[in-house]
Amino acid sequence: MQHWIEWAVAFFLLLGGSFVLIGSIGLTRMPDFFMRLHGPTKATTLGMGGILLGSIFYFSLSGGVSVHELLITIFLLITAPISAHMLIKTALHHKLKSIDKTLGRDNIAADKRKQARPEPLP
Amino acid sequence: MRLTPKFRWLPTPYRSILLFVVWLLLNQSVEAVHLFFGALLAVVIPLLTLRFRDPQPLIERPVLALRYILRVFGDIITANAQVAVLILGPKRRLNPAFVRVPLDLNHELPITILASTVSMTPGTVSAEVYPALESLAEGEPMPQRWLLIHVLNLTDEAELINSIKQRYEAPLKEIFQC
Repeated sequence: MQHWIEWAVAFFLLLGGSFVLIGSIGLTRMPDFFMRLHGPTKATTLGMGGILLGSIFYFSLSGGVSVHELLITIFLLITAPISAHMLIKTALHHKLKSIDKTLGRDNIAADKRKQARPEPLP
Repeated sequence: MRLTPKFRWLPTPYRSILLFVVWLLLNQSVEAVHLFFGALLAVVIPLLTLRFRDPQPLIERPVLALRYILRVFGDIITANAQVAVLILGPKRRLNPAFVRVPLDLNHELPITILASTVSMTPGTVSAEVYPALESLAEGEPMPQRWLLIHVLNLTDEAELINSIKQRYEAPLKEIFQC
């Protein structure tokens, strides 16, 4: 394998790895659940993108074509926002506390119709 | 806006193309066998699953849709950089907030795409769409719906709402013509 390919692979792996690391740091460092969610949902998409680009480079140039990684990217882009949405919706449902300086908390649960009309029992 | 497909045997042409491409990517080849089988699956799967779905608006401006995808990719990269800076920066300076954005879109598919885009772009995660359709009585007119988002660091609420509406919702309305 040529020299520059190794450099390119190393670059993409390091880039991806550092973004995933930053996302994880955000997960532990932020004060409440809603803020913790931001790191893993965003920083990891670019992080995974970098790692997968490195993988495509490595396996494509050391014989054969490798495009499975593109599929991983597509599925990740589709599923990451949806899992984030499910997590935050569950948090709202359980009325998790957000830190005191959070603005606009009265915007939550403006849907009072849900409480007004309870589900009929089966 | 068009809810009924143009061709009966190919109800969702872009989904079929996506299925075909995914099949070829899975097999990593363009041999005749895979081309044939991929095309077969791309036609049969949408036909079989069509009855399970609520009718959703179809993509009417594919070129605009492509431009939208490229714009979102660009925004994902800037979003990652911005969020990385916010995470590593001092915690005290962050101003988290819940903001609600009035929606002009009425159908589930465009709203889902908008909510996912908002989650992938700078400093915002979409939390809820309300009122939920299930909470409406039969035949009740559609009320104004809102998208609730959580912002990691709010600077200007009006500007944020405006940028989401201009940058993402307007193109989506154009793409689906609704």
